[in-house]
Amino acid sequence: MYLMKKGRGFVAFLLVLVMVCGVLSACTSEEAENNQQPSQSNNNEKVDEIYFLNFKPEIADVYNKIAADYEAETGIKVKVVTAASGTYEQTLKSEIAKSEPPTIFQINGPIGYQTWKEYCLDLKDTKLYSFLSDPNLAITSNGGVYGIPYVVEGYGIIYNNAIMEKYFALSNRATDFKSMDEINNFEKLKALVEDMQAHKDELGIEGVFASTSLAPGEAWRWETHLANIPFYYEFKDKQNYDNPILAGLASNEIAFKYSENYKKIFDLYINNSCTEKAMLGTKTVNDSMAEFALGKVAMVQNGNWAWAQIKGVEGNVVDEKDIKFLPIYIDVEEEESQGLCIGTENYLAINSKVSEAKQKASIEFIEWLFSSEKGKDYVVNELGFIAPFNTFEEDEKPKDPLAREVLNWMEKDGVSSVPWGFAVFPSQNFKNTFADALLEYVQGNKSWDEVTKTVIESWKVEKAKGE
Amino acid sequence: MHNRHMSRYFFVFVFPTLLAFLLSFVIPFILGIVLSFTDFTSIIDAKWVGISNYIEAFSNKDFINALRFTVKIAIVTVITVNFFAMCLALLLTRKIRGTNVFRAIFFMPNLIGGIVLGYIWQLIINGVLYKFGVTLTYKPEYGFWGLVILMNWQMIGYMMVIYIAAIQSIPNTLIEAAKIDGASPFQILTRIKLPVIMPSITICLFLTMANSFKNFDSNLALTAGAPSRKTAMLALDIYNTFYNTLNGEGVGQAKAVVFFIIVAVIAFLQLKLTRRKEVDNV
Repeated sequence: MYLMKKGRGFVAFLLVLVMVCGVLSACTSEEAENNQQPSQSNNNEKVDEIYFLNFKPEIADVYNKIAADYEAETGIKVKVVTAASGTYEQTLKSEIAKSEPPTIFQINGPIGYQTWKEYCLDLKDTKLYSFLSDPNLAITSNGGVYGIPYVVEGYGIIYNNAIMEKYFALSNRATDFKSMDEINNFEKLKALVEDMQAHKDELGIEGVFASTSLAPGEAWRWETHLANIPFYYEFKDKQNYDNPILAGLASNEIAFKYSENYKKIFDLYINNSCTEKAMLGTKTVNDSMAEFALGKVAMVQNGNWAWAQIKGVEGNVVDEKDIKFLPIYIDVEEEESQGLCIGTENYLAINSKVSEAKQKASIEFIEWLFSSEKGKDYVVNELGFIAPFNTFEEDEKPKDPLAREVLNWMEKDGVSSVPWGFAVFPSQNFKNTFADALLEYVQGNKSWDEVTKTVIESWKVEKAKGE
Repeated sequence: MHNRHMSRYFFVFVFPTLLAFLLSFVIPFILGIVLSFTDFTSIIDAKWVGISNYIEAFSNKDFINALRFTVKIAIVTVITVNFFAMCLALLLTRKIRGTNVFRAIFFMPNLIGGIVLGYIWQLIINGVLYKFGVTLTYKPEYGFWGLVILMNWQMIGYMMVIYIAAIQSIPNTLIEAAKIDGASPFQILTRIKLPVIMPSITICLFLTMANSFKNFDSNLALTAGAPSRKTAMLALDIYNTFYNTLNGEGVGQAKAVVFFIIVAVIAFLQLKLTRRKEVDNV
């Protein structure tokens, strides 16, 4: 009896082993099958579904409408899945390993390309690449083209001109600026802001700047957008590179040379705000935008995408004609010629591991979106993109006030935009560490020197991990 | 004949559950251990690298901090949860009115998910701290105690229910015999009640220990590790390594395997210790 019991246990164990081996070998054979498919498939394969993993939650609904229209026109179903804010990388990671992975996905720039290069198709010979008004904007590597930017965006200090006019009309103010056009460097900005803060009650506001949101996951305006500017200048100072972005990509270490300048503008934000410094760890971006929309503050740092958010706040008092951009000055030499920060973190890539027919269908969908009448109508009027493609006529440029301001500043004489360099930041971890250090700084637990040291250290460590 | 009958239906009944167990636990588990020795982006493109992931995991300051923090939380939580649960259980097994209502009320927090709990408690604690001009992320100690309060609130009801069931199953004869022998209530508690319900204490200690070690969602919702990862527990640190670090997938997997070993060893030790104290014969 005892032997029989022992034998049964052994048989059960063998069966388990067999099952495990069976499943594991099934996994690998599926992979082999997938690798064979592209060479076997011909253009007769009926593609009925392509899959786009969307990055921008603000416009997810619009994509559903676009998908419906495209299916009505061509019969191809476009599955659009939107990753929740801040979760794109992890969503893409799990979706791409499935048997029906996304055929169109996004990468955020050269660093994102490093992570996903095994999955990016070469788009050099596509019509889509030829649509780009500036081919240099695309992500390239060894002659191949792997990422196409589909939207150009800009950020700076958004201000409510109605409140500024009220300030200029005050009789007891300490400055004598007549209009915002005179504010073209940090000195003047600081004088203006500090005097406005002193007169905030008369102006009917609670502070000049909206809250510097530092709640977890809400600090991207500081660790990414604001950080872009001092790093841009540091990389520009390096002599042997074609452009600052390449210099940044090649930097395994940084000196954070313009750290004091970052501190100047950051201090201006937190010392002239409607919220006390110690409370900033609970503020979110939504809070800041709401404060601006409700007229509680005169200025907020954000980008042209924020217009939809401001307009959507219940009780919004900011008028289309009053909302304008100011460059973010950080007190460097010749900053009078510095414009807004313009660029993109949104590049489309096509999955190189799906069948040829699916790749073709995916590329055709994107080409339709940016060149057909219906597609362009969506892009301009509902998605609100400033698309960097030569397929858009003059009268097809966007209508929303902040997008117009971006174009304004892009075309201004004597002013050059700061390109988006934060795509070369080592990793999300680096940005998180930067944000953590800023939080401790505003709470009074870290000195600025310690923040600088933390940032330098984190860049070095995170860059090394990418090797 | 009985055996033959049984063995024919053996597979029919066991197979579905066995399959589910294999697919959702055993296979991912083995896959995880194998992947911890590789560098990978997604499951299908792994490259073998040996133990370099483990070396990197242990030389990572955040990991060691998270380990220390989690151990501290686990120790404090195990003691406080079980103490309060036992007190409540003893209180609610007396002959007073309304014990059922109270039992239900104390159990309810356990039904709320960790993310919601973390978010609500963060609002409450920040609301209180607002009067003092600080926030929850001002010092790691605030996050520590916030987490302890939250986990107590969530787990006390559950453990209390287990203890109540155990206390109710103590045969009355024992208590009466002790009373006749002149034992004081305190002696009855420590010499009779506790030893008899030791199996439940074993279970509750194990559950609290495992739950506090594994805690992720309330940690994420309460502080998300702020300030500067000092209040990040092990699970959150593994999550950050896996998703937010370049090439961090292998290291994250290695950390997860280490995590499993630590929890398994502690649970095993604790089980052994309390098993010895259990009174078999009643």
